[in-house]
Formats: sequence, C-alpha cells, structure tokens
Amino acid sequence: MQEEVINIKSVSKVFKTEKGQCIQALNSVSLRIKENDFICVVGPSGCGKSTLLRITAGLEQASSGHVLYRGSLVTRPDRRLGMVFQEYSLLPWRTVLDNVGLGLEFAGKPVKYCREIAFKYLELVGLENFASSYPYELSGGMRQRVAIARALANDPDVLLMDEPFGALDAHTRIILQKELLNIWEANRKTIVFVTHSVDEAIYLSDRIVVMSAGPGSIKEIIDVNMPRPRDRANPAYGKLSARILDMLEEEVASQGKNHKQYRREVI
Amino acid sequence: MTKAKQGFLISLIIPLIFVVVWWVCALRVNNPVILPEVKQVFALLSKPTENLISMGSLLSNILVSLIRVMVGYIFAVIVAIPLGIMMGYYSLVFNLFNNFLGLFRPIPPLAWVPLVLAWFGVASFATLFGVEEGQLYIWLSNLKLSMIFIIFVGAFFPILTSSIYGVRSVNKTLIDSAQVLGANNRDIFRKILLPAAAPSIVNGMRIGLGVAWMCLVSAEMLPGSISGVGYLITHAYTIAHTDVVIAGMISIGVVGALLDCLFRVFETRKFKWQRLSR
Repeated sequence: MQEEVINIKSVSKVFKTEKGQCIQALNSVSLRIKENDFICVVGPSGCGKSTLLRITAGLEQASSGHVLYRGSLVTRPDRRLGMVFQEYSLLPWRTVLDNVGLGLEFAGKPVKYCREIAFKYLELVGLENFASSYPYELSGGMRQRVAIARALANDPDVLLMDEPFGALDAHTRIILQKELLNIWEANRKTIVFVTHSVDEAIYLSDRIVVMSAGPGSIKEIIDVNMPRPRDRANPAYGKLSARILDMLEEEVASQGKNHKQYRREVI
Repeated sequence: MTKAKQGFLISLIIPLIFVVVWWVCALRVNNPVILPEVKQVFALLSKPTENLISMGSLLSNILVSLIRVMVGYIFAVIVAIPLGIMMGYYSLVFNLFNNFLGLFRPIPPLAWVPLVLAWFGVASFATLFGVEEGQLYIWLSNLKLSMIFIIFVGAFFPILTSSIYGVRSVNKTLIDSAQVLGANNRDIFRKILLPAAAPSIVNGMRIGLGVAWMCLVSAEMLPGSISGVGYLITHAYTIAHTDVVIAGMISIGVVGALLDCLFRVFETRKFKWQRLSR
C-alpha cells in the first residue's frame, strides 16, 4: 500500500484585482497523491493549474481549504517539496554548478560538499561538461535540465513541476520527457507535473487530472494504464489523447458562452 | 585594421573638427578674453603642475576637488544604498519615504545654497573635528560642510532611485525558486536580491558620481572656498583669464569622463551576465 504524500483538501483560491474585483481561480479542489505517483495536471489556460501547484508548494495560501504534506499543514515553502519552474529560475550570475548546489548551500552545507553533490546531479542530466558555464551560455533545454538537477540535488520528497518544458521546441521537449522518465524511474520521486500539452501528460503520467475553468476545478481523473516507455503510435494512446482533447474543447466552448466570468492565470 | 582601431579613429574625427573650428574662430575673434587660442589653453594643460594665477597648480586643484567630491559622494552612497534597498524591498518603508523624498528630488542642488550657507556658513571638517592648526587643518578646512552637502544632494537621488528600482525589478521566479529550495529571508536577501540588484545599484552609483562631479562648480563657488577647479574657474573669470577658465573646464570634463569610464569597465567585467542573459 503506497503512503499518501499530499492531500489537497477542498482548496479554493480567490484573487483580488487592482480594481477590487474578486476572481475565483480555484473552487474546492481535492486531490490525493500517493508516494511514487507521477501525476499530470492538464486544463485550459486560466483554469488555475499553476495556482494549485503554487499553493501545494507553499508559495501561495489557499483562500479556504488546505494542503497536507505527509499529514502536516503546508503554510510556507519546504525544501522537501521541490519545484521546477517554466523558465528564468536559474541565477544568471552563478555558474551552472553553483546553481545546482544552491539548495544545499541554503541548508548550510560546506561549499566543497555542495559542489560535489551538484556535480553528481549534473552528470545525471548529462551536463557535467558545462559545470563552469553560465546559464546564458546554455540553450533553453539545457537550462531546464539544470533546473531539474538543482531541484533533485536538494533531494526533495516531492517534485512539483510547473510547465517545465512549456518554453521548449517540440523536439527538445520529447527528449527531456524521456530523460525525466529515466530519472523518475531511477529515483522514484513523487511528481506533480502541470502542463497544457495532452500528449505530454499521456506520455509521462500514471494519472491525469483534467481541470475545468471558470472557476478551476477537477473535471475528471484518468488512469493511464499503458506500459512505459509509451508508444505514441499505439491506438490506445491516440484514443486517450482524443478523449482528453474533446473534454478540453468542451471546456473552452462553455467558457466562450459565459465569458463574462473572468478568469486569470497567475504566472 | 581591427574594428577597435577603426572605432577609435572614427571617434577622433569630431574632436579634431572641433579643435580646428576653435582654432579658426580664435584667430578671427582675436581677443583672448572672449576666446583664447587653442595653443594657449593647451600650454596650460601640458604643464599641470605649474602655479596658475597664484592659485596653485591645476593638478593640486583637481586633487582638492576630487577629494571633496569623494567625501560627499561616499556619504551619499552610505545613505542612499541601504535606504534604497529597504524602500525597494519593504513597501512600508517605500510608502513612508517615497512621497517625502519625491518633494526634494526636483530641487536642483544649487537651490540649496542659501539655506546651506545659513546652516553651515564656512564651517568645515576642521571645525567639526576641532582641528585648529597644522597640515591637517589645511586639508580639513578645504572640506567645507556646505560643499559636501551640495555634492551629497546631487549624488543621493540617482543612487537612491536605481537602488529602489534594482530591488523591485528582481525576477519574482528567482525568489520563488530560492524559497522552494529552502532559503530563509537572509539567504534571499544576500544571495538573490543583492546580486540581482547589483548592476542597477552600480549603474546608479555611476550616474550619481557624474552628478556629484557636475555639482562641484556650484559647490566651490560658495564663500569660504579658496581652492578646487570650480573655484579656479570662477576666480579666473573675475580676472578675465579665459584661458584658465577653459583649461579648468577641460579638466573637469576629462576627469568626469575618466571616472565614468572606470565605472563602465567595472560594470562590463562584473556584470557580464546581465548583458548576455536573455
């Protein structure tokens, strides 16, 4: 029996705009995530999926409801809950190696130890030759590899990923998806992965959480029972993809009807 | 020819034309009080250690001016950077100070002169520290509080504004990612905010030094002043030595440009990442 790692309990989030209007981004979202799960969250843009992830990471507070991590309330960021952002999360004035060792540095480990561990994780993502380079010298895909290595170097229990491949070209994206699966199979972290790509969700995850917008809530949770590595040519793959795309299309259509309801995606 | 050499040669064209025009105009005007000849001014500049109109050498006057500017400037740096960082980081501090300081920002440093004279008169650092004789007295008495204040005001606002801006424009994702990696507030301040804001702060320091140097002449026109390039210029003007005036102006320009250049070299070396990121 897998242990429950994260328990999101009827989380709602209301934002106030500068004009003082209230916008409901999330409405009573509940989700349980077990150890070693690889979960993808997909949904139309503005459905609050990033907000949900940020609340889970402790970067934002829920307006009502709460998130439990292994039974304790999440109120602020915790190094056991690692996070990978879409882009621009590396410190541009630090070398790749010192970026990867950042979390260990914050934990008060000696510099030599930080660099040693950081190098190990750079090897894991295949960038050991770029240890002394600066982020601006790397391509977008390499930067995201560094960001993943940095999150892993902190040895978190859960990895929260906020569209980490969203800014990459299609080819690089597919390569990084494969690499991420390899890493996950070796490390068996619990991963919550937010994406707007249905294909990415099916390729990667055990379960797909489909969200609807206006306000953001969970529409359906779909188990993906295909063995890995998944074959995009498999008919079941295509069927599932079509099914989820249909669901999202419905969402967008219904959004169009009542577009008076504002929604806003944060970040 | 390399690109750098070519660029250097191109940059010489306009100054050369300028000198030629000056040369021709001086010959036509034929009155050294209105426009002295080029060679007359360059003769003064080529002997910077020679005594000028019984006011000491050009070099020693530049040195006095530089020390004055540096003292006022360092005070401005010490006050403006911490204040700017606090204002950029805590909206409470920002709201507390911003409107108040905003009232002083548009006042040109020169407009402070009457008040500053009323407050400080001819008091100098020598008065402040109670030194009344000796070599030390001569040095300290050159640092009039009124001048230091004017220079301080000039340098203060550019440094303050860019410190606030530097801290405020730090990419939020950097702070978020440091937080999820387990950074505490001190880590975020030292390892994220400060290095990220540093290029903007240093840029403000560069502009502030430029303004401080520009305020010099108005500061050295104050009573009690007996040295410095600014005073040299005003004194030379009263005795119709236009060549000394122009030599002084050129010195101010050259020293100011050199200071700016030093900062630029530092910036391009230290903050290469900023230029190359994105």
